[in-house]
Amino acid sequence: MPLQLTLVELADQLASGALSSRQLTQSCLDRIAQVDPVVHAFLKVDAADALAQADAADAERARPGAAGGKPLLGIPIGIKDVIAVKGHSLTCGSKILGDFVSPYDATVIEKLRAAGAVILGRLNMDEFAMGSSTENSAFVTTRNPWDLTRIPGGSSGGSAAAVAALELPATLGSDTGGSIRQPAAFCGCVGLKPTYGLVSRYGLVAFASSLDQIGPFTRDVRDAARMMNVLCGHDSRDSTSLPRPVPDYEKALGGTLKGMKIGLAREFMVGGLDPAVKVAVDAAVSQLESLGAEMVEVSLPHSEYGVAVYYIIATAEASANLARFDGVRYGKRVEGIDPIQMYEKTRGLGFGPEVKRRIILGTYVLSSGYYDAFYLRAQKVRTLIRQDFLKAFETVDAIVSPTTPTAAFRAGEKTDDPLQMYLSDIFTISANLAGIPGMSIPCGFTQSPKLPIGLQLLGKPFGEETMLKIAHAYEQSTGWHHQHPVL
Amino acid sequence: MSDGDFDIQYAARLARLSLSSEEQHTLGSQLGNILGYIAKLREVNVDGIEPTCHAVPLFNVTRPDESRPSFTNEEALLNAPARSNGLFVVPKIVE
Repeated sequence: MPLQLTLVELADQLASGALSSRQLTQSCLDRIAQVDPVVHAFLKVDAADALAQADAADAERARPGAAGGKPLLGIPIGIKDVIAVKGHSLTCGSKILGDFVSPYDATVIEKLRAAGAVILGRLNMDEFAMGSSTENSAFVTTRNPWDLTRIPGGSSGGSAAAVAALELPATLGSDTGGSIRQPAAFCGCVGLKPTYGLVSRYGLVAFASSLDQIGPFTRDVRDAARMMNVLCGHDSRDSTSLPRPVPDYEKALGGTLKGMKIGLAREFMVGGLDPAVKVAVDAAVSQLESLGAEMVEVSLPHSEYGVAVYYIIATAEASANLARFDGVRYGKRVEGIDPIQMYEKTRGLGFGPEVKRRIILGTYVLSSGYYDAFYLRAQKVRTLIRQDFLKAFETVDAIVSPTTPTAAFRAGEKTDDPLQMYLSDIFTISANLAGIPGMSIPCGFTQSPKLPIGLQLLGKPFGEETMLKIAHAYEQSTGWHHQHPVL
Repeated sequence: MSDGDFDIQYAARLARLSLSSEEQHTLGSQLGNILGYIAKLREVNVDGIEPTCHAVPLFNVTRPDESRPSFTNEEALLNAPARSNGLFVVPKIVE
């Protein structure tokens, strides 16, 4: 079985009987056994559990008329280790959770199971999704399949690397400031962060609750649309989940871009942009024009404050969310003479340096005397950032930019300088602050070494259909997504 | 908004986080840099701007006040670091 087949192609082969889920799942397990010792995308793989699900899918397909409505029947999907799968381990890339086993399925897992997917593996990540390289994982640094001396991006680095290394056709990640789009760009796959409120976070371990969204990594745009069809929808167990109908995102694909207006953000094309990235994005803009889109320059004047706003709001929310890791009800416990000392020792030993840094920063910006100057001010600038986007979207249907200022950096290159690491998310962060959807698609390569470059598309709130349509038209006219790393 | 007087011990105590003296030193200087960067928000005129808590116009989301299935005692204690008689065991809180 060719490993580079897309999810949609695999679904067709499974439907025609050319392939069984057991064969497909075994091929993925074989590929994982072959390349993951160098890629390190996975923290855990339970082969027996995956094969049992595959056999169940094959049995279901064999029953007359049973498989009709299941768009992912028999297809293995990998899960970032921050999303609960009943009976599976859940570490969040941290030591503090010890040998935690999830007592329930996240809503997105229920939806994947209802669609027939085989849930396979726990994917590596920066601890509690805090980071841009997976170097903050307490266990291992995932490597970029295009160059093993480089990082895959983060925090969903394992999810991106597993798709790029052809270990799995699709995976789930989470995106709080770019944690799906940035690793998708670095690894050369498609990564989509939905509009805030579109996908339920029930069963996603919370980092920054006003920013977190779950989304898919796939080989191409059609696969992303199919995953969105499965993942989206209202969930009464997540109070930020919006009660609105879910369109068929695959139906949005195809047709011309004529009459469409696409914004190019002036502020995103200057300063610190790697020349190869600029060349690739300029070429992508020309390509979109040749496909019939009208390119319009737009201004997002407050985007330069995005990183500062983000590192106040995200850390503030994280400091509250991570208070639950105290050694009382789950995870590791370090005993102390009283409860306070037990909390302090448990957290001091259980959390890694980046998580400590962010908890302390978040605690500080919320503390008495600093709340107004930091947190409240950041929330107000957040309003301005959102208004910039809404104003731009009065004249354009979507916005394009580079996903990242550079291609994948080397392991160890930015670990000593947290601020430089934070600035690698400069183009992705404002979408989370504004709550709008964004995705990264491949748009070329650097020359030597050959590393993928990502094009970011940003859409109106709930503008996923338009965003996917543009991404699909571009992708189909260029074919970057057909290139795969040699491992 | 001052960034020169960052008291890491104070913040660590509020966060219930024990730090080694080496961690205090490293984190303290890194956080000083980050706060210096964050201070650029002082440039922005936010007069009359409403804060955004999150980007979705949803307020006071409630559910019907009805009982529904939940974890059993055994499921709730599945990951407990210490348990006894169906309860979590914790250090003594009240003398």
